[in-house]
Amino acid sequence: MADKIDARGLSCPQPVILTNRKMKEMGKGVFEILVDTDTSRENISRLAQQTGWDVEVKKADADYCLVLRKD
Amino acid sequence: MTTIKNFFASRWGIVSAGVFVGVFAPLLQKWGNPGNMGICVACMERDIAGALGLHRAALVQYIRPEIIAFVLGAFIASLLFREFKPRGGSSPIIRFFLGFFAMVGALVFLGCPWRALLRLAGGDGNAILGLAGLTAGIWVGVLFLKSGYTLGRATKVKSFPGWVFPIVMVALLVLLLVAPQFGRTPEGTPTGPIFFSSKGPGSQHAPIFISLMVGLGVGFLAQRTRLCTMGAIRDVILIKNTHLLSGILGIVVAAFIMNLVLGQFKAGFTGQPIAHTDYLWNFMGMALSGLAFALAGGCPGRQLFLSGGGDGDAAIFATGMIVGAGFSHNFSMASSPTGPEAYGPIAVIIGLIFCIVVGFTMREKMA
Repeated sequence: MADKIDARGLSCPQPVILTNRKMKEMGKGVFEILVDTDTSRENISRLAQQTGWDVEVKKADADYCLVLRKD
Repeated sequence: MTTIKNFFASRWGIVSAGVFVGVFAPLLQKWGNPGNMGICVACMERDIAGALGLHRAALVQYIRPEIIAFVLGAFIASLLFREFKPRGGSSPIIRFFLGFFAMVGALVFLGCPWRALLRLAGGDGNAILGLAGLTAGIWVGVLFLKSGYTLGRATKVKSFPGWVFPIVMVALLVLLLVAPQFGRTPEGTPTGPIFFSSKGPGSQHAPIFISLMVGLGVGFLAQRTRLCTMGAIRDVILIKNTHLLSGILGIVVAAFIMNLVLGQFKAGFTGQPIAHTDYLWNFMGMALSGLAFALAGGCPGRQLFLSGGGDGDAAIFATGMIVGAGFSHNFSMASSPTGPEAYGPIAVIIGLIFCIVVGFTMREKMA
């Protein structure tokens, strides 16, 4: 079961900070982050691209679940 | 629609939004807005505060259509792209006073971050001090963010609260067009409730229709691309990402070229339009603003665009800025072209103390 971070309702840039911290903590692997705005989705996708993590975006009701993966 | 969305989220998307601002701000100045103030969110909100009688500085009173259109442009974009999400409840009283003190700092410097960029592009060297201060303030904000600072989660709310700020903007547009006057003093001076400057920067403005159209364009593009001056500097410091920075570089380069073409470029520190040469307080004013913007999550423009997208917390920040403008002029805290006024420096220090207390007290333990 992948770790899951709930960043819904947090204002910019906290979802990015939480993601960045998790990436550094894990080094590689899989985790999920839940966000509720398109801005957070775009920002985290951009961070993932910059740091070499793959990102898969799933729609979860009105929110987004981003699955981040690095092998 | 997806292709358009992807373009706006790309680097070229944000550069195009920056270039739009950089091209049209100097043009608005050419068409009537004050010097190096084609667009300035802080100054324009200050003028609105004056027009509503929240301060009585006779030279800076006008309901600026650009502000109205920024919100409405973002509102239209967020509806069109299905991003309109009414939300709120993330430390509103803190956000109000962050907005209040952000305005206090901006009026000590004389401009918002966008105007700092436009002043630089017009040759005003004092903007360098302002931008240095802005960066310093944001850097302190990043330290707080890294140590777990948060204003807490916003929650989804009913639809209507998201509509309130755009409706207020429509009401301001009506007041601009109707400009009601309830009477005159025996000397013939209008007694309000709406005040428009007859001289000074408040009397200088582009035609309403043009200001509205440019403002709608800026609001639309900025909502789509998330253009934010504070975010640009913050992201470079925090995660070494230059995406937002390319937008503000677009503003500076385009405005610089436009100013050269229009004959509006004048390099130097003295005699610059609506600017003073007090290095220390140019720096400190913007340092306060930068810290307040970083703690609130967006520059004044971004707060307006978020408000248009239904963000009630951003609307409270913007309201705090307008109220802050009233206090700044009534309490002799706003600078004039001759330099800081009597209580500007102490107000900046009080604002910095407020922000630092917020930064230290609004932290969650890191996991």
